[in-house]
Amino acid sequence: MATATFKIWRGNAEGGEFKEYTTELTEGMVVLDAMHQVQAEQAHDLALRWNCKAGKCGSCSAEVNGRPKLMCMTRMGDLPTDHPITVEPLKAFPLIKDLVTDVSWNHEVKKRIKPFKPRAPDFEDGSWEMHQQDVDRVQEFRKCIECYLCQDVCHVLREHHMHDDFIGPRFLVHIAALEMHPLDIEDRREDLRKSQGIGLCNITKCCTTVCPEGITITDNAIIPLKERVVDQAYDPVKKLIQLFTGRGKERKA
Amino acid sequence: MASSTTSLPVRGSFGQTMRPDAWWVQPVAVFLGLTVALIYLNWAAFQGEFYALGNYLSPLYSPEIFGDTSHALFGPRPNIWPEWLPWSPAFLILWAPAGFRVTCYYYRGAYYKAFWADPPSCSVGEPRKSYLGERSLPLILQNVHRYFLYLALIFIVILSFDAWRALWFLDPATGEETLGLGVGTLVLALNAILLGGYTLGCHSLRHLVGGGLDVLFDKPIRRTAHACVGCLNKRHMLWAWMSLFWVCFTDLYVRLCSMGIWTDLRLF
Repeated sequence: MATATFKIWRGNAEGGEFKEYTTELTEGMVVLDAMHQVQAEQAHDLALRWNCKAGKCGSCSAEVNGRPKLMCMTRMGDLPTDHPITVEPLKAFPLIKDLVTDVSWNHEVKKRIKPFKPRAPDFEDGSWEMHQQDVDRVQEFRKCIECYLCQDVCHVLREHHMHDDFIGPRFLVHIAALEMHPLDIEDRREDLRKSQGIGLCNITKCCTTVCPEGITITDNAIIPLKERVVDQAYDPVKKLIQLFTGRGKERKA
Repeated sequence: MASSTTSLPVRGSFGQTMRPDAWWVQPVAVFLGLTVALIYLNWAAFQGEFYALGNYLSPLYSPEIFGDTSHALFGPRPNIWPEWLPWSPAFLILWAPAGFRVTCYYYRGAYYKAFWADPPSCSVGEPRKSYLGERSLPLILQNVHRYFLYLALIFIVILSFDAWRALWFLDPATGEETLGLGVGTLVLALNAILLGGYTLGCHSLRHLVGGGLDVLFDKPIRRTAHACVGCLNKRHMLWAWMSLFWVCFTDLYVRLCSMGIWTDLRLF
């Protein structure tokens, strides 16, 4: 029977260390299965968060061999087993215990984002007319499962701990979904530039590479938002043209 | 925002990571690629000679606003140019495409990693603890990208015209221009195509043609333009590297042919 050795982070906010566990592998096993096996057989007090085991709840986020991953979607067969496989908690959030971090900061950030604000209904029965072509663009953003892997890999949060100044890629995606919605008339550009720190993103695309849903975060959400902020704050010629023609305001009714 | 950052894990030191893969390969490759291109482009720009051969003109010197070849729009170097200042026709124009590339969203992400190690690679420790990003000087100036885009679009038209001109060869016997095709024609045409693919896939262009609007249903031209630019944008990195390599090679081709080291092969 094949085996694999794991170096799992054990500890809490006060400190901790990697501990090695060797466990048997079975066909089709994912890292989450291995963690459960270690928990059942060797470390009953190992703390880890999980729920759906299908890559849809975003609970089992961790760092496997230094890369942010969903443990339930990381196949053991894809990992080299000639060296110990490291499993660590997310680095961008405070550690609670072992592989469990406190991600409540994200929930607080979300509360501060201006919510969806639809234009007045198009018809007397209170409904709107939308076209599929216009909705398609934001559908991609709605695939997000809030696993916060993108937040974890973002160096602004992970390395520089600028949680007070930057909302992170997850919430830039959330804002993109609202801001580009064909019915929404709220303007979030001033917030993006000032309190939400979109200028801190330096487009290294790490968030895109770790997204388990394959959302093209940087190219389809963050850069288009950056361009909208340029429209509003850094493009004097466009502003001048708008001043004289009155055009360019069609985006927001 | 939240005050929960106090108990965050301790920051890693430069290069610290648990990644077992060769994470440094990509930033080193980008560093070497951009460094070689920068050295060559600067060297070629400072030469100020061997940049044209008959109907061929190096893209690093196009448009030749002032210069000594038949391609010059306004004749030789103006007298007001100080004698002590190095002169090359490339100095007058090269800043525009250079500015477009420096402020390009793809290149920004690439050189922040490769040259500033900010970060050196994903989930790898950084050398500096302070970070300003693009929200304050000097990097806030990256927002000027769309203005360089406008200039870059003009260059695409000019370089396409250069490729067209490369089809017309002067017949020394009659003194008339006749249609022909040389390897240089193909090199210049491919240069225009690759630079076109790179420029027309620009993120700013994607925004300007339609991405800035939430409703495109009733704007079929802008909707189509947005889809086309988006299509090119998906391979923006590939276009960026191919066009950078080929613009250097095109200059090298014209230069070596002009110096007599290579001979341009006429296909017909």
